[in-house]
Amino acid sequence: MTQADVLIVGAGPAGIAAAVRATECGKQVTVLDDNLSEGGQIWRGAPLHPATAHASKWLRRLKASGATLIPGCRVVDGDPGSRTLQAETDEAALDLKYDQLILATGARELFLPFPSWTLPNITGVGGIQALVKSGLPVRGKRILVAGSGPLLLAVAGFLRKHGAIVPAIVEQTTLQQLMGFGLSLAGSPGKLFQAASLKASLGATPYWTSSWITKAEGTTRIERVQIRRPAGLQTLDCDALAIAFGLTPNTELASLLGCDLDNGSVAVDDHQRTSRSEILCAGESTGIGGVDLSLIEGEIAGCIAAGRDDLAKRLFPARRRARHFADALKQAFAPRPELRQLPDARTLICRCEDVPFERLQTCASWRAAKLHTRCGMGPCQGRVCGPALHFLFAWAPDSVRPPLFPVRIAALLASSRK
Amino acid sequence: MPDMVNIVVNGQPVSVPSGTTVAVALLIGGVTHFRTSVAGEPRSPVCGMGTCFECRLTIDGLPHSRSCQIQCAEAMEVVTS
Repeated sequence: MTQADVLIVGAGPAGIAAAVRATECGKQVTVLDDNLSEGGQIWRGAPLHPATAHASKWLRRLKASGATLIPGCRVVDGDPGSRTLQAETDEAALDLKYDQLILATGARELFLPFPSWTLPNITGVGGIQALVKSGLPVRGKRILVAGSGPLLLAVAGFLRKHGAIVPAIVEQTTLQQLMGFGLSLAGSPGKLFQAASLKASLGATPYWTSSWITKAEGTTRIERVQIRRPAGLQTLDCDALAIAFGLTPNTELASLLGCDLDNGSVAVDDHQRTSRSEILCAGESTGIGGVDLSLIEGEIAGCIAAGRDDLAKRLFPARRRARHFADALKQAFAPRPELRQLPDARTLICRCEDVPFERLQTCASWRAAKLHTRCGMGPCQGRVCGPALHFLFAWAPDSVRPPLFPVRIAALLASSRK
Repeated sequence: MPDMVNIVVNGQPVSVPSGTTVAVALLIGGVTHFRTSVAGEPRSPVCGMGTCFECRLTIDGLPHSRSCQIQCAEAMEVVTS
C-alpha cells in the first residue's frame, strides 16, 4: 500500500504540470502512467527521438520535482470511499491511497468505420507516429494520411522527415472551415508559427479538403483506397493508411469513480474539480484543447490539490485564452454527417467481437447491442467502437464497470480489496 | 550503431535496435498478421498506444500481451495467433 498526498493518473503534459506544481507546493506526489515512459502521446520519448525544447523543459522539471513516477502501470479499479485505486504493473498489484486525486488520462483517437478498415497496415494518425517513435522505419513507404484535424498535417510532416512518401493528406472538413480556423489563430502567434513551419515540412504534398476515404481494399493488408473528392471518386495505391478523426477524451476512470461527464468530457469547475470534490481532472480528458491548455489545466489542478488556490487563480486568464483554440478546433474539424453513410452492412463496427453494422442497426441502444451482439465487450471494452457508436447512432456510453483493463487473475487476487 | 536485441518470433530470429517495442519488431520482420479476429481476419496494430488491443500477442508464454506497450528483451519469445 502506498500513500500519496496527491496521486496523479497520467504522465502526459497535464499530469506532468500538475505533479510539478503540487510538489513545488510541498506535497508528496505519485504519478502513474500506462506507458513505458513519461511524456504522454505528444511527448512520447524514445532513444532515437529526443524531446523538443518545450517538452524537455517540463520533463526536466518533473525529474527535479521529486515526484514518484510509476510507468507501465494500469489502473483497474478504484474505491472513492476509501480514496484508493487498484493498479497493476508487470511485476505487481498495487493499492494506492490518496488524499487528492488528479485524473490526467488524456485522449485517444476517434476512429470512424468504413468498409475494410480492419485490414492490416491501417493505423491511427497518432498511431503511426507512435509506432515510428518506437522504432518503425518508414523510408520509401507510401503512407496516405487521412481523417480530420491538425494532427494530419503534423504527422504527414513527421512521416516525410522519416523518409516516407505521403501521396496526399485527405481532410474531410471544408476549406472554408479551415480558413476560419486559421483566422481564429491570428490571436495566438505561437500557433501561427507552428502552422508556418508545418507548411515548410510538408513540401508539395497535396492537401485535399472536403475529401474522405470511402473504402480500403487489399487481401492480406491494405493495397489501395477509394477517396471521395469534390470532383468524384478516385483510387490511390498505398502501403499503409493512417486515419483518424481527431481525438476523444479518456473518461472511463472518471466515470468508474462517479465523476459526472458533460458532453463526453469530464465535467470540472473553475478549480478543475470534478463533481467529486477530492477528484480533479486536467488536460484532454476535460475536452480536447491541445498541449497548451493541458499544461495550464495541469498547473491549476496541481496548485488546487495542494491547497494553493491563490497560485491557481493567476493562471485563469491564460486558461481562458487557451480555450479559444479548443473551441475553434472543435468547430473547424467536426466530422461531417456524410461519414455516417460510410459503413456498409458488413462493415465491422466492433473490432474486438467482429460485430457488423447490419447487426447494430436493429438495436435501440448500446446496452441492447451488448446483450444481443457483444458489441463493445471485447478486450478494448468499447474504447474504439464506443465513440463511433456515439457518432453513428447517438448512443450514450453504457455504465463503466471494473476491471477498467483486462487484468491477470493473480493481480486481482493480490489486491487487498477482495 | 545502436545496440541490438534478439528476439524469436514464431521460431524465427529477429534482431532490432534496443528500445524497439515488440509490435514494431514484428513489423520490421515483415509480420502484419498479429492476431486472428473472432471471424478469422488478420489484424495488425492500430492505435500504437495500448488502447485498441489489436496488437496483442503471446509474449514469453503470456497471452493477450499488448505488444505496442512492451519493449523487446533479449531472447524474448513471441507467438502470433
